[in-house]
Amino acid sequence: MTHVKTQIGRRAFLKNTGLASGGLIIGFSWLNSCKPKAVPEKEMELALKMPKEWSEFNSYIKIGENGVVTLMAPNPEFGSNVKTSLPMILAEELDVDWKMVLIEQANFHPEKFDRQFTGGSQGIRTGWPGLRVAGATARQMLLMAAAQQWNVPVNELTTNNGTVYHKTTGQEIGYGELASLAKDITIPEEQEVPLKAVSDFKIVGVSKKNVDTKNIVTGKPLFTMDLQEEGMLVAMIALPPFGMKIKSVDDSVAKSMPGIKDVFTIQTLQDDYERNFFDTTTHTKIAVVVGNSTWEVMQAKKALRMEWEEISDSEFVMAGFRGKTTIKVPAGLESTEEHNEKMKEMSLKKGNVLRRDGNPEEAFLNADKVLERTYTAPYLAHNCMEPVNCFAHVTEKEAVLYAPTQAPELISGTLAARLGLPEENIHINLTRMGGGFGQRAYGHHLVEAAVISQEIKAPVKLVYTREDDMTYGIYRPTYTATYRAALDKDNNLIGFHVRGGGIPEHPVAANRFPAGAIDNYLAEGWALESNITIGAFRAPRSNFIAGAEQSFLDELAETMGKDPIDFRLELLDRAAKNPVGENNDYEAERYAGVLELVKEKSGWKQSEKPGIHRGVSAYFCHNSYVAQVLELSMDSEMPKMEKVTAAIDCGIVINPDFATNMAEGGIVDGIGNAMFGEMSFTNGVPDHKNFDTYRMIRFKEAPETIDVHFVENDTDPTGLGEPPFPPIFGALANALYKATGRRHYRQPFITDKPSLVG
Amino acid sequence: MANFNLKINGKTHEIEVDPTTPMLWVLRDHIKLVGTKFGCGIAQCGACTVHLGENAVRSCQLPISAVGEQDITTIEGLSENGDHPVQKAWLEIDVPQCGYCQAGQIMTASAFLKKNPNPSDEEIEGAMNGNICRCGTYTRIKKAVKMAANINQNT
Repeated sequence: MTHVKTQIGRRAFLKNTGLASGGLIIGFSWLNSCKPKAVPEKEMELALKMPKEWSEFNSYIKIGENGVVTLMAPNPEFGSNVKTSLPMILAEELDVDWKMVLIEQANFHPEKFDRQFTGGSQGIRTGWPGLRVAGATARQMLLMAAAQQWNVPVNELTTNNGTVYHKTTGQEIGYGELASLAKDITIPEEQEVPLKAVSDFKIVGVSKKNVDTKNIVTGKPLFTMDLQEEGMLVAMIALPPFGMKIKSVDDSVAKSMPGIKDVFTIQTLQDDYERNFFDTTTHTKIAVVVGNSTWEVMQAKKALRMEWEEISDSEFVMAGFRGKTTIKVPAGLESTEEHNEKMKEMSLKKGNVLRRDGNPEEAFLNADKVLERTYTAPYLAHNCMEPVNCFAHVTEKEAVLYAPTQAPELISGTLAARLGLPEENIHINLTRMGGGFGQRAYGHHLVEAAVISQEIKAPVKLVYTREDDMTYGIYRPTYTATYRAALDKDNNLIGFHVRGGGIPEHPVAANRFPAGAIDNYLAEGWALESNITIGAFRAPRSNFIAGAEQSFLDELAETMGKDPIDFRLELLDRAAKNPVGENNDYEAERYAGVLELVKEKSGWKQSEKPGIHRGVSAYFCHNSYVAQVLELSMDSEMPKMEKVTAAIDCGIVINPDFATNMAEGGIVDGIGNAMFGEMSFTNGVPDHKNFDTYRMIRFKEAPETIDVHFVENDTDPTGLGEPPFPPIFGALANALYKATGRRHYRQPFITDKPSLVG
Repeated sequence: MANFNLKINGKTHEIEVDPTTPMLWVLRDHIKLVGTKFGCGIAQCGACTVHLGENAVRSCQLPISAVGEQDITTIEGLSENGDHPVQKAWLEIDVPQCGYCQAGQIMTASAFLKKNPNPSDEEIEGAMNGNICRCGTYTRIKKAVKMAANINQNT
């Protein structure tokens, strides 16, 4: 048994009877449709037998008198399977039979649950300590109740699979029988609650099926988009291009079309509103069409005649990680061509120094040879399969919302301020999301739906078309990075320089590898302002810089005549034994560990098979380490992905099969974006609006085999939503070089446009 | 507006709607069968796939007036208890991540396997290439299609 010290989850143990319950106003039965895991039919019937009485131990755990346990899934689910894996942690410490567990999706309740945010690969990492304590505390209360019942010392009792045992007297009692007694036991202090040793885990580390798969494959209504409520209207929006705002809306045709209730414009955020972190910076004034059915509203939207006018320079104040910042929005109709020219100019100028070790300037002056390469990547659109949508019913007293949102806590205050309601009367219900990838951390759709509902005084479902979703403007920024390496006459690496920039942010993580491994090191960053808005996109910044850096290291290794894996291992060995600087935000041993593992599992020591070309890459971000080897063949001009071998260190793996699924998905997504992903603009208008021209990876282009290996260790778990994604860009670029003899410096790699650099 | 008698999942539905309305929106908004998903509206992603007779079609591009007497099958009607071989295989492989595209994937795969019960890898690729999965579950989808073909042949 081990103890951890944490206050996380403590709030959840306080019995709070005054909780808001707005979500209950509309009784969508599907939101409570919690089903047990895929288990044999007979056992499922048993598990489904609902108890007559629930005993609530804390916000996360209820136990029925028949031994059925309800565990709450606190975080919004967008496909990373936290709805299954977070409750697994509770079940482990509670020590129950997983077959007896029902899982319920929590709604947004900051008083009851900690950090109901899905993003940054942090769900498992931050949930781990608190959920363990929550499970173990309930178990301890059950033990204490049994000790009272039998009048024996609590430390003589053990548990297994939902039963308490007293071995010396041979007595045993199920959690169900104890539940009503145990729930009133004084909640023990954290230091009195023992946690399991990792070696005793029975649920964590053993693959469990996604609790929603059965509902997904039978077409059950799980998504906000599926919500159908009596009296509900459908709303759609019309947006101006970037650099423009609405001048006038001619709704004369649209308003008279069948099924149309109203056409109007809304102001989502007032001009003087001091924005919360993640309040969108895009369109605040938009046109709205409201009607009876989606198709009718879609037709009326097409019939709107809108006039735009150019915006002038403006600025607004926004809260951020490091306090308030003033964001400047320049006027102008921007185009990708002009962006690329400006970025090229900026790349030649000195940026802000982010980190400087030794004397890099001197190292480059003294260099016998300098390798310099520039990498670029375009804007990307998220393209979640479920287009943006939101249900809202706003009355004078309260607002009830159902939304695909990764971050209810970031929009709740904004809604309260905009609607003029107290924040405790804003009820945000969390539905399964048809993808997120960072886009759904921005809650503009909640504000829009709520303002529309308030205006039209009816429950409303806001639905974006695919075109609205793709042109709204929460893009992965466009980036560039120039890498330089200084080599002496003996081909030793004596200096390293990265200068990265982008619109409107730079992508450089100055304290990551290879910082710490090279004596003379310089990192610089610069950014240009823009009115084209951006947002978090799966592994922000890392999703570009990993590919650039890992391509450069590959070319550098080749220039130095070294094997690309051995070269990285040499640098990591230096960083482990004698690190340069003190602020290196990675563990060199774990980094080297995934490279060693991928080297072994991919058969790297053997030479490439005939017709097969391979590339390697490794990256650390979002607290996890990933190394990958990609093998491809060429089918005339097109690469065919044969195999990816991945080695991952994310500490303890909660749910191995799904962790593998996440790694596979990140790899496929990365290959897709590296090969095809591109959003461009002409005079403020996005050039791609739907999947006919925005090229997504398809079935044929995915690797034939993805072989995922996890480093076995007892380190506390970290996340997987993002880490497998960034490095594959590099592995692909490096394999393509082997196949074609040509380095790829510009994403997307597969394009009909002439290559600028490579 | 016009009246239509539609046979959906073995039941007849009488609908009064604009004849240009795509099947997708008739299913979702009028009949409240929401398992069929809206993804792109231009037949590029396959999320809205249903069976028209025995063919997999994109319901976002199928005007209700073009359906006629043909049977429509949606994900809700693929099997009574969610035990169609393709659904079983999807469960066994635990394919989905977000899950939004999977009904369309399953409807494409089930129509394909009915016509081609023992497909080659290339034929599977050809059949499934029109369905986008943004989460990137393609390798699992491929395994599940192959497993479903085996289940079919062994039952």
